[in-house]
Amino acid sequence: MLKNETAISSMTNKTVSDVRKNAGHSVWKKIKPYAFVAPALSIFLIFSIYPAFRIIDLSLYQWNLVSPAKDFVGFQNYVNLFHDPEFFETLRNTILYTVLTVGLSLSLSLFLAIYLKNDTRVNRFLQRLIFSPYIVSLASISFLWLWLMNSDVGFLNYIISLFGIGKVDWLGNPHVALFSLVLISVWKTAGYNTLIVLASLQVIPKHLYEAAALDHANQWRTFRKITLPMISPTLFFITIVDIISSFKVFETIQIMTDGGPQNATNTLVFAIYEYGFKFYKIGYASSIGVVLLVIISIFTILYFRGLASKVHYQ
Amino acid sequence: MSEIVFFHAKKAYDSKKTVIEDLNLVIPDGSFTVLVGPSGCGKSTTLRMIAGLESLSDGELVMDGRRMNEVAPEDRDIAMVFQNFALYPTMTVRENIEFGLVNKKIPREERQKLIADVVETVRLAEYLDKNPGELSGGQRQRVALARAMVKKPKVFLMDEPLSNLDARLRNEMRTELIELHKRLQTTFVYVTHDQTEAMSMATDIVLMSNGVIRQKDAPIKIYNDPNNIFAAQFIGTPAMNMFDIREWPQHNSIPEQARYMGFRPSRVHLAQEATASMDKMDFQGRILTHEFFGSEIIYRVETDNGILSFKTFHKDELPLDMEVQVYVEKRDCYFFDDKQNRVRCS
Repeated sequence: MLKNETAISSMTNKTVSDVRKNAGHSVWKKIKPYAFVAPALSIFLIFSIYPAFRIIDLSLYQWNLVSPAKDFVGFQNYVNLFHDPEFFETLRNTILYTVLTVGLSLSLSLFLAIYLKNDTRVNRFLQRLIFSPYIVSLASISFLWLWLMNSDVGFLNYIISLFGIGKVDWLGNPHVALFSLVLISVWKTAGYNTLIVLASLQVIPKHLYEAAALDHANQWRTFRKITLPMISPTLFFITIVDIISSFKVFETIQIMTDGGPQNATNTLVFAIYEYGFKFYKIGYASSIGVVLLVIISIFTILYFRGLASKVHYQ
Repeated sequence: MSEIVFFHAKKAYDSKKTVIEDLNLVIPDGSFTVLVGPSGCGKSTTLRMIAGLESLSDGELVMDGRRMNEVAPEDRDIAMVFQNFALYPTMTVRENIEFGLVNKKIPREERQKLIADVVETVRLAEYLDKNPGELSGGQRQRVALARAMVKKPKVFLMDEPLSNLDARLRNEMRTELIELHKRLQTTFVYVTHDQTEAMSMATDIVLMSNGVIRQKDAPIKIYNDPNNIFAAQFIGTPAMNMFDIREWPQHNSIPEQARYMGFRPSRVHLAQEATASMDKMDFQGRILTHEFFGSEIIYRVETDNGILSFKTFHKDELPLDMEVQVYVEKRDCYFFDDKQNRVRCS
């Protein structure tokens, strides 16, 4: 009898300690996932989320970056901004740059991808060749093209002179400079885009083309009705990502044109840089930043909306 | 009229890989011809050559007396149902069915009438505005059929169209295809690796292996009168029992050239006791496994001559490891020579 009781009490003891141990264990189990994401999350909060709110806050002040005093001016920065013809010129440049870059890069990569679709040795080599600009840093590319586009000794002018065309001032002519920057951007992104489009072309089942052939579809109909809809999620993805990155163009301008000539290549991010770190008008620069934030947010929302609805795999 | 004839057809993808060496085949008009064989036997290639999706390396393909080698797929007046249906995923069911008609510039009203007809046949009316992704396997299958039927082709080509369906649906669609063929009276060419499908649907079976036709006959003929061991063992389930009889004691009822002897598991009978007879072959052995199929039971028996399977319709199950005595009537035996070709008893 006594023996039994000890047995029971020792059993309960054991269960109690077990429960205690389990409780500690389950708390850790709950915390664990948060502990794992904490480092990444805190970096994200400090360097992405906080600056986004900080810039909205700063846009309401007049401040020169160094003085301890900040004057609260409300929406005055925005009022000034929307009365500043230079800002609209900047916005126009940015939009023109984006539309041209994305349009050209996308159509060029679609064309190249279709051309390179057949997996031959030559095509594989060409793929790598057109992809290579993507891995070079934009700063190096800018210097490279600065030489290529030199109006006196540049390679581009040499080439066109062979066709009897006179010298072009690629970066000095206000009517040409922005297009020169577009050319560089297309040159850099087209290879990457081609690769992505190519990948999506290659996963279209061969059977669909065979079925279309038996369905009397000519090449154009096949492209319009089968190829294009099948790769549309990819094209959509590239378009949005490229729009966002084109809106943020900076390096080429900073290195090659400094926003000139006559403001012809001044864009939103470059204006932010100039107002912020050349003229020390932090509040004004921040208000431009907020405008950029809004524009990019719109495209980001579009992107996620599209991602949810446009994907249609079997 | 749409008879399909292959005349010394050859298909090679490159100099090393010849899929079909020399194919001579007549597919009669209005037949339900099933090309059957193990994977890699060339049956799909043959079908795709009829469709024009593969070209002939040599020889001739004739349809309705007209040479087809150079005719483009869309001009062959055929329709094809693919193994994975190949529905256009970005189009609705209606657009899928309509695509070929629009491409052929058939006027809108006529299109609508054609679609309405075909949709009724395959019972898809309520799904016309759905995307293929929203449909079940069976429904997709019917869309694929509708897309083929709406073109009113002279020949239907089907490449394992039922292999992506579950067993029950497969049986159902099998019946529907037989009915469809009966109603349309057009030529069906159907590819499968499943001999049950071939047996149950075909009017003509073309049995292939390694790019060669091993036998072409009506299902019942190929089952009862196989020309070679391959045909004997490929058709019918479970496969025909086959024994190498070179070492067996002389038996005057066995043809002289015979090296192999086979008999169907369904022709094996249980015997009460061994009775030496000229008309029978006796086997004694131990039951290894039994499989219960409802109406029948299949046993595998280990005998001195090797393992044989037999099929009974008796209700009582025999226990494992039981010693049994079985026999097969001599008239139910098939003999084959060294080259595995049939030796017919005179």
